[in-house]
Amino acid sequence: MMGMLRRLGESIRASQLWRSVFRQGIPRDRRSRVLAVMGNVFLHLHPPELRRSGVRLSFTWCLGGLTFFLFLVEAVTGILLMFYYRPVAEYAYHDMVGLRGHVSFGLLREIHRWGAHLMVITCWLHLLRVFLTGSYRPPREFNWVVGVCLLVLTMLMSFTGYLLPWDQLALWAVTVGTNMAAAAPWLGSEGPGSSLLAVEGIPLVHPGSDVRFALLGGVAVGPAALMRFYVLHCVALPVLAGVLMAVHFWRIRRDGGISGPL
Amino acid sequence: MLTAAGVGWTALTLGGTVGVLGVPRLLAPNVTAEPEVLVDIGELAGYAQVSLGTVDERFKRQGFWVVRLPEGLVALSTSCTHLGCLLNWDDRDGRFKCPCHGSGFDLAGVNREGPAPRPLERLRVTVEDGRVIVDGRRRFRGERGEWGHSESMVRLEPSAES
Repeated sequence: MMGMLRRLGESIRASQLWRSVFRQGIPRDRRSRVLAVMGNVFLHLHPPELRRSGVRLSFTWCLGGLTFFLFLVEAVTGILLMFYYRPVAEYAYHDMVGLRGHVSFGLLREIHRWGAHLMVITCWLHLLRVFLTGSYRPPREFNWVVGVCLLVLTMLMSFTGYLLPWDQLALWAVTVGTNMAAAAPWLGSEGPGSSLLAVEGIPLVHPGSDVRFALLGGVAVGPAALMRFYVLHCVALPVLAGVLMAVHFWRIRRDGGISGPL
Repeated sequence: MLTAAGVGWTALTLGGTVGVLGVPRLLAPNVTAEPEVLVDIGELAGYAQVSLGTVDERFKRQGFWVVRLPEGLVALSTSCTHLGCLLNWDDRDGRFKCPCHGSGFDLAGVNREGPAPRPLERLRVTVEDGRVIVDGRRRFRGERGEWGHSESMVRLEPSAES
């Protein structure tokens, strides 16, 4: 009985189908372990070997990795939420409430929101750790800049996602935030210098044409703003963040792996 | 000379310029579907008896209060001039108060407390066929001296009740 099963296993593993998917067998020595990691598109993000100090938890606290993990959690829960949420003013709030009561595993909305808060926290803590351990020093200065850009994108994703429940908290938070944008110099209609940008007395920067108008797609926080923030939150910002994360991780690998004590 | 590299760079520059200028332009729509505030608030004759200092809250959802000042009727915006939160009329203190950061405006809409930098905006008010019409498309700002404009207020005789 056991002999038959073993022979079956061997013949499956010897088949062309199996060998086209799994290029090598289970790694049993150092060389095959390296090949297994380097030959896999997902695994080859990690280096095949690490310095011993790289696994010391108390140096990095895994904060960067945690932030990336939370990003993946947000992406997965976010995509699942997209099956039920409609970014239309009449439906948005009710769909969001419905996700709790009408859907099995209705914790998704809560997981998504908590994950977002946690991701913002781990992102800032990661920044703090990198700063306090001096891991931004040459040759890593550019990676610090990329990291700060990722932080800005994380905060923007937090801001755009905040509007989507379309409740009182969302509406007024975005009202206040976009009115702050209107106070920007030159680009905002309520900011200093905007009245200087006029052609023959006709203002170029006014409430119907300033950066706040571009952000909201209108003068008021309304259906256009909801749609716009939804697209930013679900597509534009994640794609940008993904590209920058690729650069960020690549730079770490290229500069010698996870930074350890000097 | 039309080298391949030359054509490539020209195309890249042109495409890049169109993209960098075109995308922000695309994001600013030329037509929006936002509802206009154009409200008939009643007969002018009806407002003659309204006592001084009355704040009519019937149109708060449409974005303005109708306030009887000594000089006449004004339509005050319900939006705080600090960062846009919805104000509340506090009868006891005689102030429009902002729940967000604590700004306070008096009956005429002048900013008195908190971080609000300028007075409340007054919506355009006109009288047509004896009826008072509030038009949210045009607003008058006190700090720009626009409160002298004839359409920022409906002038009334001093009320019999003061």
